[in-house]
Amino acid sequence: MLYRENGQFKTTYRGDSQIFPIAQDRIAIGLLLAFAVFGVPLLADEYLFRAILIPFLILSLAALGLNILVGYCGQVSLGTGAFMAVGAYAAYNFMVRIDGMPLLAAVLLGGLCATVVGVIFGIPSLRIKGLYLAVATLAAQFFVDWTFLRISWFTNNSSSGSVSVSGLEVFGIAIDTPFEKYLLCLGFLVIFAWMAKNLVRGHIGREWMAIRDMDVAAAVIGIRPVYAKLTAFAVSSFFVGVAGALWGFVHLGSWEPAAFSIDRSFQLLFMIIIGGLGSVMGSFFGAAFIVMLPIFLNQFLPALGNLVGVTISTAGVAHAELMIFGALIVFFLIVEPHGLARMWSTAKEKMRLWPFPH
Amino acid sequence: MGFFFEALIGGLMAGMLYSLIALGFVLIFKASGVFNFAQGAMVLFAALAMARFSEWFPELLGFDNKVLGNVLAFAGALLLMVAVAWVIERWVLRKLVNQEAITLLMVTLGIAYFLDGFGQSLFGSDIYKIDIGLPKEPMFLLESTFPGGILVSKEDLYATGIAAALVIGLSMFFQYTSTGRALRAVADDHQAAQSIGIPLSRIWVIVWSVAGFVALVAGMIWGSKLGVQFSLSLVALKALPVVILGGLTSVPGAIVGGLIIGVGEKLSEVYAGPFLGGGIEIWFGYVLVLFVLLVRPQGLFGEKIIDRV
Amino acid sequence: MAQRKIGEVILDVKNISLRFGGVKALSDISFDVREHEVRAIIGPNGAGKSSMLNCINGVYTPQEGNITFRGQTFSHMNSRQVAEMGVARTFQSLALFKGMSVLDNIMTGRNLRMKTNIFQQAIRMPFWSGAAEREESEHREVVEKIIDFLEIQAVRKTPVGRLPYGLQKRVDLGRALAMEPQVLLLDEPMAGMNVEEKQDMSRFILDVNDEYGTTIVLIEHDMSVVMDISDRVVVLDYGKKIGDGTPTEVRANPEVISAYLGTRH
Repeated sequence: MLYRENGQFKTTYRGDSQIFPIAQDRIAIGLLLAFAVFGVPLLADEYLFRAILIPFLILSLAALGLNILVGYCGQVSLGTGAFMAVGAYAAYNFMVRIDGMPLLAAVLLGGLCATVVGVIFGIPSLRIKGLYLAVATLAAQFFVDWTFLRISWFTNNSSSGSVSVSGLEVFGIAIDTPFEKYLLCLGFLVIFAWMAKNLVRGHIGREWMAIRDMDVAAAVIGIRPVYAKLTAFAVSSFFVGVAGALWGFVHLGSWEPAAFSIDRSFQLLFMIIIGGLGSVMGSFFGAAFIVMLPIFLNQFLPALGNLVGVTISTAGVAHAELMIFGALIVFFLIVEPHGLARMWSTAKEKMRLWPFPH
Repeated sequence: MGFFFEALIGGLMAGMLYSLIALGFVLIFKASGVFNFAQGAMVLFAALAMARFSEWFPELLGFDNKVLGNVLAFAGALLLMVAVAWVIERWVLRKLVNQEAITLLMVTLGIAYFLDGFGQSLFGSDIYKIDIGLPKEPMFLLESTFPGGILVSKEDLYATGIAAALVIGLSMFFQYTSTGRALRAVADDHQAAQSIGIPLSRIWVIVWSVAGFVALVAGMIWGSKLGVQFSLSLVALKALPVVILGGLTSVPGAIVGGLIIGVGEKLSEVYAGPFLGGGIEIWFGYVLVLFVLLVRPQGLFGEKIIDRV
Repeated sequence: MAQRKIGEVILDVKNISLRFGGVKALSDISFDVREHEVRAIIGPNGAGKSSMLNCINGVYTPQEGNITFRGQTFSHMNSRQVAEMGVARTFQSLALFKGMSVLDNIMTGRNLRMKTNIFQQAIRMPFWSGAAEREESEHREVVEKIIDFLEIQAVRKTPVGRLPYGLQKRVDLGRALAMEPQVLLLDEPMAGMNVEEKQDMSRFILDVNDEYGTTIVLIEHDMSVVMDISDRVVVLDYGKKIGDGTPTEVRANPEVISAYLGTRH
């Protein structure tokens, strides 16, 4: 009843193809953004920012990038951690080696380096498909792991193998407090999400989806698989690289290659599968789910254990987390293989009809 | 020159062990079309089971014979793996029959996490020993031809022998038995196989059990070499390039792929490693596979993927 | 009944042979297609008709022979080149992009004519008509005309996977039409349709041929349709050509009768 589109007729094609055609959606997004900027700082404490909100924002950005490659273009990549690492280390090197390099420029340049590496490792996708491609992308992951571990130029010859950044500032404003970091990440995410949505609803997005759905037919229409696949890798790696730079600079402060290991790649893949492949909203849902799950389990399990009279050791909690995480993934994929985004759109469909059943 | 042979033989043997793990992947993929990312976790789980059972059974049943203990532990672990296979088929595979490959892949990842946690909850997370009597001292071959002889690990030699026997046995099983034929039919086309009366669920339980058996043997061998600990599940990541190099659906491919990667890794580490800063074996296999796939996108022995419109 | 003038030879297929391993799909096939005509290719299942279209399209590469299009000869076609030259096709097994809506599927047909680059597309925003926004609306207009023509307005936002077969076939046709082709290759456009749907589809095909002068090459099994709408017919059997001429000529050809038509009806 509240969510009806009644009376909202579009008189131009442009109106019909906008990002949020339904007025209620526009209002909802506006409110959400306003809340995110003004409301959250009033309610959130430092822990919430550090442990949940900032990781969520940055990983959403990375998940969005990965979703463009895997969900929209259908190229399976298991090497995302590597591209995040490239973004982070490249940005670090720009920052450290060039005096007076602004933070934003370093981050974006880091993203561009990730783009170049991404396109290079994307070239195999022109010949290799499916699972074979997935394993081939692991070559990127392990090679990059090794590069940042062993080639000391990249870490500015740091003796400990880890690098750190401090004293971040944007246009002269220092980025110190968790709230300021949160706003910076929020800004990046909103702009990048807007660009992503524009790309996927434009003709490049259709090209990507055509390649995903049936690349033989796509070629017959005149779509060039090379262009489509490589642009998917390029755009995706840019997003992921920027996310990597933000992860290192804003979230971690100091890091080693292990921060971008294969576990990170799997984590991002889980996010987009559970969130929903081929969906911008899905990337956010998935990131939220995966970021919050371990925290939720951490708080909840000991309490549950106490309820049953069983004290679970910290190791026990860790093991139980693994088990529950694994079981949840399996359960989720059985129940809704298209992820949270599909559940959300089904719910919206029901909302449009509410209070009528059909 | 002797040094080269040492590295070569060492590589061949390591390769054989990779092939063993790769075999588990190939079996499951051949018969159920699923790329089982949980194979590594299965290796660890099986090894943990065997290690702990070999401690617990003698205590529980009150005997002291090492050989009997090991045999019983092996049998127990095998039964456990069959149970795991049954559960996976019943609660997971059956519900995901027509899903896309990437969904199935992620499900196996979920199973991997689950098995990791479950194994460590059940059996503990310390380092455990498996002692099946493999000799630990090295031996020196061909001392007359090469000064000092070529160092060959006896343990690895026995392990290679076991692995080779298993691989050959499984290949023959696939080719010459009716169950093997049924498995190949299922791998080709689930629906067609069902329509001629092949019981899909039973086949899948069999396949995952056999993969569990392979995982157990692999776990037993690796565990006796390195001790049973968490890093065992990472060995599977080493076997992935082997699977792909050989072609996902080929048993001989897994063998050849394993040998190539085993030798390649060893030789490149020994000869090229010092120039590049060492530790290149984490990516050597993968980069090698990448280049091979560029030339042959379906792996060395895999089936060509033909897109029909 | 056709007022259209049939022009010169626009597509000339010469001595095409195609093999898959040991299987000979096409043996020494030669025929031509004239501009603005409706050319049917008929033959029993497995005769090689789809393979022939695939050769013209660049999906398969024949081992022997060549194809001349508007005076340019190629020994093998590149799919994109063929599309750029103005040849579009539909597929027997409906190669639609299942994950996209009807509108998006047909819009992909406009792809060759969409020129804005990634950066222009990334910065579309409300209240400002950039190049990408205008291009999108222009092409949307063309696609909407096609949607009107094919009478599928009601389902334009539905994912194609959810549509009934007959409508999916129309979307396939729509996508090919969106390319504004000079030659349209139709692979069994009426397979699986009932009489009414076939009449609709025949009407669409003839309208396209009439209004835009598009040359049509049509694979079809329904003999009454073929006889009704085509100007000339090629008959294939086991990869070989066994008949070539007007529908009446072909119908009387004894070889064709014994191979394909069975008894006269």
